[in-house]
Formats: sequence, C-alpha cells, structure tokens
Amino acid sequence: MSNPAITPELIAKHGLSPEEYEKVLSILGREPSFEELGVFSVMWSEHCSYKNSRPELRKFPTTGPSVLVKAGEENAGVIDIGDGWAVAFKIESHNHPSAVEPFQGAATGVGGIIRDIFTMGARPVFLMDSLRFGSIEGDSEQAKTNRRLFAGVVAGIAHYGNCIGLPTIAGEVYFDESYSGNPLVNAFCLGILRHDQIARGAAEGIGNPVFYVGAETGRDGLAGAAFASRELTEESKADRPAVQVGDPFREKLLLEACLELLATDAVAGIQDMGAAGLTCSTCETASRGGTGVEIDIQLVPQRAKGQTPYEVLLSESQERMLVIVKKGREDVVKRIFEKWDLPYAEIGKVTDDGMMRVRNGNDVVVNVPARSLADDGPLYSREAAPFTPPAPLDLSSVPQADPTTALPQLLAHPSIASKRWVWRQYDHMVRTGTAVLPGSDAAVFIVREANKILAAATDCNAIYCKLDPSVGARIAVAECARNLACSGAVPIGVTDNLNFGNPHKPENFYQLRAAVEGISEGCRAFGVPVTGGNVSLYNESPAGAIDPTPTISMVGTIADAAHITTQAFKEAGDQIYLLGEIGSELGASHYLLAIHGRKEGAPPSLDFDKEIAIHYALLGVIRKGLVRSAHDCSEGGLAVAIAESTFGTNLGASIDLGVTDQRPDVVLFNETQGRIVISAKASDAAALEKELSATGVPFCKIGEVTAQAELSIKTGANSYSWTVASLNETFERAIPVLMEG
Amino acid sequence: MAPIMKVAVIQFPGSNCDTDCQAALLSFPGVDAEIVWHKETSLAGYDAVVLPGGFSYGDYLRCGSIARFSPIMGAVRAAADAGVLVLGICNGFQILCEAGLLPGTLLRNNGLLFRCEHLHLRVENTDTPFTSVLHKGQVLDIPIAHGEGNYFADPETLAQIEANGQVLVRYCDASGNVTPEANPNGSLGNIAGICSHGRNVFGLMPHPERVCDPLLGGSEGRGIFQSMIEAVAQAKAK
Repeated sequence: MSNPAITPELIAKHGLSPEEYEKVLSILGREPSFEELGVFSVMWSEHCSYKNSRPELRKFPTTGPSVLVKAGEENAGVIDIGDGWAVAFKIESHNHPSAVEPFQGAATGVGGIIRDIFTMGARPVFLMDSLRFGSIEGDSEQAKTNRRLFAGVVAGIAHYGNCIGLPTIAGEVYFDESYSGNPLVNAFCLGILRHDQIARGAAEGIGNPVFYVGAETGRDGLAGAAFASRELTEESKADRPAVQVGDPFREKLLLEACLELLATDAVAGIQDMGAAGLTCSTCETASRGGTGVEIDIQLVPQRAKGQTPYEVLLSESQERMLVIVKKGREDVVKRIFEKWDLPYAEIGKVTDDGMMRVRNGNDVVVNVPARSLADDGPLYSREAAPFTPPAPLDLSSVPQADPTTALPQLLAHPSIASKRWVWRQYDHMVRTGTAVLPGSDAAVFIVREANKILAAATDCNAIYCKLDPSVGARIAVAECARNLACSGAVPIGVTDNLNFGNPHKPENFYQLRAAVEGISEGCRAFGVPVTGGNVSLYNESPAGAIDPTPTISMVGTIADAAHITTQAFKEAGDQIYLLGEIGSELGASHYLLAIHGRKEGAPPSLDFDKEIAIHYALLGVIRKGLVRSAHDCSEGGLAVAIAESTFGTNLGASIDLGVTDQRPDVVLFNETQGRIVISAKASDAAALEKELSATGVPFCKIGEVTAQAELSIKTGANSYSWTVASLNETFERAIPVLMEG
Repeated sequence: MAPIMKVAVIQFPGSNCDTDCQAALLSFPGVDAEIVWHKETSLAGYDAVVLPGGFSYGDYLRCGSIARFSPIMGAVRAAADAGVLVLGICNGFQILCEAGLLPGTLLRNNGLLFRCEHLHLRVENTDTPFTSVLHKGQVLDIPIAHGEGNYFADPETLAQIEANGQVLVRYCDASGNVTPEANPNGSLGNIAGICSHGRNVFGLMPHPERVCDPLLGGSEGRGIFQSMIEAVAQAKAK
C-alpha cells in the first residue's frame, strides 16, 4: 500500500496550519513523509504541545521546598510528604472521547491517568473524578442524551477503577446546559513512593535497548490527540475510531509488572504510551535524555495484521509502556513480563544523534530531530478579549422564594443532590485506606505502608468562572483548601485541569488567561505549588463553548488520625458555630439558578487573608480536639450546609441566625465565601470560643444539635422547619429518580 | 515462635484485595500471612487459605471461571479435601463456586449496577470454624463491593444447604430482619455467604477484611478471622 501524496488538503486534514507546515519544512529541509506528517500533527496538537496555553501555564507557581519533581518535567509532579515518602498525583481530561463513546472514553481516561502515576515509580493508591454534564432533567432528547452520557461515564469509571483495584474516593458532578453535547471527564490519580523510587521518562545511555511492554498495538485511538484538539461537531460521531478501548485487567498486570521491574535496577527510563502513543513516548524520552531513539515498527507487538507504519505510530491503544533498559539487563524484563503473561519486545535502541528514527524493516519512515517534536513546537499567544465585569445582581428583581420550599428544591438540584448513585458504583474502599467515605468535604485516605494520612478534594464552580473567570478560579482554589481544612488537613499541592472552549476565540482565551492567573494567585496565597495538570481546549458543541471550568484538585496531609474530621453532626446537645460571616452575596448563586433559572450577577468576593485566617483558626481548634464536625458552605449556602450536616445521623439542628434586616432567602442561601459550620461538645464550647476569639476571625454561635430529627432555622422574625427525614429523602432520591425513574 | 496460624493469600492475575487481606490478617497476633502466586502448585505448610477479592482475569467471562483453572487450584482443592480452612471473599467466593468447592453460583446483581456500600449481615450458624466467636442472630456491619453477587442455586441444592446449616450470613436490616429491601443484589434467601458440607470452606460476597480497623469504618469483620485462628489453634492443640 502506498502512502498518499502530501497535499495542502492532507496537511489541513492533519490540523497543521500553513505556517506550521512551513516550520516542518525548515526543520527537515525537505518534504515530510506521510508518517512524519502524522507525527508532527499529533505532537504539535494542543493536547501534546500546549501550544496555545504554555505561555499562560508558565505563570503557575511550581516550585517549593517539598517539590521533588516539578510540573512539566515528567509525567506527573512529585511532592515530599516526609520520612522519605512522597506522592505523585495528576488530573487529566478525557472529554472528547467521552462525548462520543462515554463508557470507553471515561474508562480509558482513568487508565491513562493511572499509567501517568506508575510511570513515575509510584504505586497508585486512589482516584477522584470531576464530571460535568448537560441537564439530566426532563423528557427532551437532549436530557435523554445527557442521562445516557452520565450513566455511561460513571459505568466506564467504575469498570476501570473497580477492576484495577483502586478506590474512587471523592469527586464532583455538576449539571449545566453549557455541557450539553460536550461533557467533561477529568480523572485524578494519586500514587505513593519512596524518594529513591522516582523513575524518569528519559532515554538515557547510548546503546541501551528500548523495550515495548504491554498490550499489542491495534488500530484503536488513531490520532486521538489530534481529535481532542478540535471542536466537537455533528460529524464527531464518525471519529469513534479515535476513541480507545480500555482493558483494566491488562493494566493491572502492567502496573504490577512495571513496579516489579522498577524495583530492580535494570531500568534507565520509562514512559507510558498515552496520547500520541509510540510517537510521543519515543520522541519525549529522547528529548528528555538529550539522546536519539531508533525503533523498528516491524518489531512492535501488533494485534491486527497489515497495519501500516502510520497506523502503528499514531495508534493510541491502551496499556502500553516504553522502557529503556540498561544494556545487559534484558533478562530481567523477560523474567518479569513472562511471569505476568504480558507481551514485550525489544524494538530499538538509544542513539547519540538526537533523532527520532523509525524503521519499517530496512526502510526509514521517520527521521526527525526528537527535540523539534517534543519541545520546539509552535507557541501562540492568542488574542484575549477585554473583560466586561458582570453587572451586580439587582436584588429587587429577584422575587423572594419561600425558604420552606426553596431548601428542598435546592437539595434536589442534581448539582447539589447526593451523589450516592454515582459513588455507590465505584469501589471506594479497596486498598483499605479510606477513612472518610465519599460525600464529606474531602476524602481522607490512610496509606498504611507509609503511615501517612492524606486528604484530597476537587472543586470548581463554573458559574462563578463564567461570570468572572479570575474570581471563579480563585474561589476554586480557596474552596479546595477549605474542604481540606474541614477534614483536618493542610494543603501540600495542586493539580489543575483547564477545560475551556476554542482558544482562537478571544473571549475564550481571556477566560483561560484569567483563570490561570486566578489559580496562580490562589496557590501563592496558600503556599502550594501546581505540580502539573492538563489543558483541554476546544470544548465546544454546535451550541457554543462550555462555561470555563478550571478544575482544581488539592492534596493535603493530616498529622494525626485524631484530627480527621467529617461534616456530620455527632451528638445531641453539641453547639453549632459559624466561622466567617452570615454573608449577603447572592450573585451567581445556585439559589438564583435552581429557583429562579438565572445565571447572573457577580460571584462572591474572595479575600485570601480572611480565608486563610479562617482555615488556620479551624485547624487550630481541630488539633486541640475541640471540633466534632466541620462543613464548608458552598452551593446553596448556609441552609444547605447545615441540612447536609444532619444527613446520615439521627439528629436535627435548631438554628437561630439572629437579628437581621436582610431578606430570609439572602440569609439562608447566599454564597459568601470563607464560611464553615462546625459543632463542638457543649462542655468544650467555652474553650472553643476562647481559642477562636484569640485568632481574631469572625465567628458566632448559631445553634445546637438536637435529638429530635428536625431542622429549624430562625432568621430575624421568620422561622422555618423541616423534618430531616424529608430533606434527606429529597437529597438522596433526586438523582436515582432521574436516572431510574 | 511459630505462628498460631499461617495463611496463604492466593494472588490470581487481577486479584486486588490480596494485600488488604494480608494486612488484615497480620493485624492479629500470632498470624502470619503470605501472598502465594497462582502459578504455584503447593500449599504445604499453610494452616488456612484465603482467595481474595478482585477481578481475576478481568472477569471478562463469568466471574471466577478462568481462575478455577489456575495451577494453584489443584492445591486449594487438596487442602479443602484435607480439612484445611479455605475462605473465599467476593471474587474468591465466585472462584470457589466455579471450582465446585461450594454449591451454587453468583449472578449479575438484580439492579445491574456495581454496588459498594456498608450493609448488615445476620449470623445464621455459629457452629463453624469461621463463625465460632460470633453469636447466632448477631448483626454485623460489613461492606460489599460487587457487580455479580446475586447468589443462585437450584431448589434442591438450596433446600440442602439450608437444611444443613450451610448458610452462614444473610443480608438484613440494621435490626437483623431479613427483608427484600435489605437484599442488595437479588440473592436467593438473602444469602451473603455459605460454607461447604464439611464446614471448612466458606465463601461470602461482603469484605470482612475492610472492617478490621476502627479508623477504616469498623472492626466487625474481625470475628470471622478470629474464629479461624481459634479453630486452627484448637486443631493444633489436639
């Protein structure tokens, strides 16, 4: 079979602009082969090169005394957690594959992020997911599609995570029209390792053999990286071959075999084959090692007969790794991969000429400077539209809803309602480390081999980001940190997933830039580095771009098991306090969205100094053993937070928010930041108040936990009450009823 | 000093609760627990065998149907025949059924979805090496995590295992009532776990190894392992 001629149409089909093609010609000094065109196409796609976002990403704080491997250096960042132990973690998107094939798209997203972690030499220990879908309410075709996508994505995550044996312990799911046709699937994985176990993805040592290990290469996922870097259209369904097929069983074997191999000293470098598969792993390892890599396509284990070199190079078949083995130690690979019944093959060697050279037997089909692919791709600074600040909410235009009905309505909104339907499908207890089950502010996981307690949370309120991307991004960081503080943890690092629309549109590029700046500001304020992450642009459907969604995942540590705190009230008679202020900011709130159908106003303001002072004050009293529960106020405000603290208990709460001239709906449902509801034993109340007073943060006593399972809230002259059972039923049943009828 | 009970935890390709089981067992004084690769063929020297949970061979065919052909299964069968204690948890239970070491089979959950959650089990028979330290009627809070845990057997088999006291735990509510609402997967008779006719092979879908530490959600799984230790110690004393 002969390759097609290189024409302007073929170049355009590969997503290369005429300017980028000129650059290819000048690098090569000749016309590229068909294979080389494919290689440049995927390596210079946004997904692999970050050509539109890299100048912005440089704004992130990425250093710090605990940073062992920096963002961008390797497949995932590595952070010191003390006593010779470290964590490697990262979040990555699989949005477009999940839009056209939700089950496999989500499953392989999980598989991909797990490989990124064990490539670092770390043993993966838990997963989280951040998911966004269009509305699942109603009988419209769109709602039915959204339900199908939601069910498929959750089943795909469950399939992969459960089978490979990693607990999915936390996450978030939001539903909003802007994601109709373009759902977001961001998967996070964290692994644990000793400092001396950090593995590098560099092709070191001239003459060292290059091994291919893992599943055979097939035609699935052809040029998926390029597919991910386009807008979704009606025709995207035809791109289904660009979606990979996952095999979690193979990955489990690959994970165990690679960790066993890395425990020997036979490995000079290791890299997973993710986006852009064999192409990316060969040129990236060569580029990092300052070397060249030469491989022969005919030696690659293949699933199908008659695949062309182009197909083998661009396949994104899953569960494959490239390993640079120290010369003379080839027998170690053989022994371990035969034990685990996995394919392996020596496919080439490390060279000294800096070239990525691919042979097909005797023919050279690719001969390109490795650096030019991996690091010298085009870079663009796109035009950013000027920002129009949102008009502040005109409260007089918002009719006052009766809180008695508004609270259950908010609790039934799918974005706020219980996600038990989701996490019950995930094994969230395997590896026996889950100390706080999903559903609380942050997940808490005990890593028994390291004797360390980790906490993790993931957050992003995209309504805030839509209305003011900078403020929204700062709040995402602050909310993650607040969730960690509520669990008793101190943050140590952040990974982010920047989900935006087409960066060629100036308003989208503004959102990207403002969000990056907001995240950077937040991370500097909390003193945590960004350790890596992922950029997903072109999240558009025919109806337009998604709301900007810079998902933040934050990891923290808890010093002592006695500090682990959850959101549920513990005992009747416990005193309830609010850290922070009652607040009044209703703009961009879920109350406006869920009750009044309005996505407008300015998001709440955020003052990092105040926010951090509150987190420290909370951690102080937690460490003194004075706090029995802590829960942050987010979507739905104070009333939703208090209601949630009663769920899963047989208790109620009697709340008095004091004298106020504010509307009851504003008091109950505003989303002012920096607020945490805590409870304490009555006998500890005096000590708690003394400690908190000394910190200078605003706080007030707002009520008491009651034996009667009723929630009553008094504000000014108004009082409202609900039975906890009815609120809990509303909260728990909302999503199952929508999904199962 | 030699351990009171030395346990082999079988590692099939795709086992993923192997190290969890090992860690839970090692939390008992006097217990030694080793991971044994499925390509081994001998279990000499072990007082008990655990087939852990997971997705052996990916469970791409019927759960456990390939693992039963693993080389180690000959030794597991011989151990069971010799009266050695064999405990199968979740996928381990499925493998024991596929291997014919326990009667019946495990079908897809009636709700079709994978379910992971804490729920309650009622202890039905304490006259076994796996339940001797528990009380009849005792309610245990032990989590499940499976997609195919719907216990099924033909009517004659079911009548036999019921009559013979082989049903050791049933799904129940928090007060110990065996109700349809408390049944998470459609299992006949709310059956969560059964033992062999000879009492020395026990399979259950719930995960006792996940509730052996109060920090991780409880310690109500410990009774099953404690019973095994006492049975082994008694047998050795004789």
